Amino acid sequence: MAGLLQHLINGLAEGTIYALVALGYTMVYGVLKLINFAHGDVMMVGAYVGYAAAFVLGDGALGSLWGAVLVFLVSILFCGLLGWLVERFAYRPLREKPRLTALITAIGISFTLSYGFQLKVQPEIAGKKVTLLPGADPRTFPEIITPAEWVTLHVPAPAPAPDEVDPAAPHDAADDFVEIIIWNWQVISFVIALALMGGLQVLVFRTKFGRAMRAVSHDHRVAALLGIPVDRVIALTFMLGSALAACAGILYAIKDTLIQPMLGVQLGLKAFVAAVIGGIGNVQGAVLGAVALALCEELVVGYASSSWRDAVAFGFLIVVLLLRPQGLLGRVQAEKV
Amino acid sequence: MPETLGTREVKPPLLGVSGVEVRYGAIQALRGVSLSVGQGDVVALIGANGAGKTSTLRAVSGMLKPTAGTVQLAGQDITGQPAHTLVGKGMAHAPEGRGIFPNLTVLENLELGAYLRSDKAGIAQDLERMYGFFPVLRERQAQLAGTLSGGEQQMLAISRALMSRPKLLLLDEPSLGLAPQVTQTIFRILREVNAQGVSILLVEQNAHLALGLAHWAYVLETGAIVMEGTGQALLASDDVRKAYLGE
Repeated sequence: MAGLLQHLINGLAEGTIYALVALGYTMVYGVLKLINFAHGDVMMVGAYVGYAAAFVLGDGALGSLWGAVLVFLVSILFCGLLGWLVERFAYRPLREKPRLTALITAIGISFTLSYGFQLKVQPEIAGKKVTLLPGADPRTFPEIITPAEWVTLHVPAPAPAPDEVDPAAPHDAADDFVEIIIWNWQVISFVIALALMGGLQVLVFRTKFGRAMRAVSHDHRVAALLGIPVDRVIALTFMLGSALAACAGILYAIKDTLIQPMLGVQLGLKAFVAAVIGGIGNVQGAVLGAVALALCEELVVGYASSSWRDAVAFGFLIVVLLLRPQGLLGRVQAEKV
Repeated sequence: MPETLGTREVKPPLLGVSGVEVRYGAIQALRGVSLSVGQGDVVALIGANGAGKTSTLRAVSGMLKPTAGTVQLAGQDITGQPAHTLVGKGMAHAPEGRGIFPNLTVLENLELGAYLRSDKAGIAQDLERMYGFFPVLRERQAQLAGTLSGGEQQMLAISRALMSRPKLLLLDEPSLGLAPQVTQTIFRILREVNAQGVSILLVEQNAHLALGLAHWAYVLETGAIVMEGTGQALLASDDVRKAYLGE
């Protein structure tokens, strides 16, 4: 019971981060029918920019609200710009070319970012060594949220087996309960992720821009006939997805404390799987797929073995694709003549 | 020079297409098409499958870039300008195949037609006007557009195009695949829309219907205009009757 609860909490925390990344995959796929394989790496860049921002702010800003907000904002702006650049100069020129061309380009950008960040670039500017890229070694992410226990749950412990009980020993009341700690950063990151997802939901389904986005996603030629500036909608979609990835990167860094340049490749792949499980192109599907995948992984780690984690994740994908090729919430589109 | 039947009423020009050529790779779809639409006109473009009717509309609305020739709207050169910039200049194009967004509701489709407008009151007023034209759209406004019947989708496509308050409406095969009764309804509304001051450039396979509505019509054959005239004169022409009216 206690174990299960702990796994559910961990799974949800992981799932919301997957979800933020999966949303970027699914939105870009929606408007461009392109799997943007560089998306996970944008998330990694987001974590590094957050790292740099926290570093520049210095110890004084750590643990303060405005410090944390600033770290997020800098990272969001930087990644938004990065997303715009990638779309404008890598994908847009290829839009009318065969889809494979853009896909290979996406993989190329992913490699450029993940391997590029393994370089150590420390030029001397005005006699001072300035680190532009920190190199391949894992870095410890600064504690922009000072860890504190949010609540501690006392869950009844399973009764020990009778032969393990030493009748002579005095009964220790502490053994009757297992402590489950929910940390403040877990709650904060959960709330941030939920707020972002809720905001996106409103944006996509309740605003004029969201309508335009969905129109472009269905048929960008017809969307243009209605006066919708298709290029701008696509660029904004990229920027939006990248901003979500930046937040995911920082939330991941807070949770895992270590960041390294290949982080985006691993997490990006999982988030992509989550988006496909949920039904690629479907916003709610991405969130559902991400949470389902993370819970599934967490339960495997908890009750089987962590070496099965990835096998189960991809096995889950295969099962879903066999039973529901369009994903959990994906829709098969039937055209009416 | 194409053969001309009947005399055209002189109206101030709205759309002028001059010597437009369009290529799809090695295939030349349009070989120097020239036509005009005057203010308040309904102009029909008839011809066989593959004659270049849809390509002509696409070249006008910016979906295709002409390789030669010019397109003018209200005296302004718009040749090769991207489609999304032309809506603001008063052009609306209800494309071939209707192009409705099946995953959006009927209302959302209509609202997208008014994408460039910000006059909330005017948009609400036009929405009422569309529901007046086609009451079934009001009943189905919260439904996904993909669940509509073919005829209702065509009504939606026309209404959505009208939501931008165009001066010129381009219509591609509005009768395609529809029951005769539905087609009658749609053409009755088109007449009404035209009477309210919207000029129409209409592509139709159903030459009878098109010529009955049109003030002026062009006959397109393998990418070039071979004949033009008033709707009535073309309806009376033996050549047209044989080739396009199946008589």
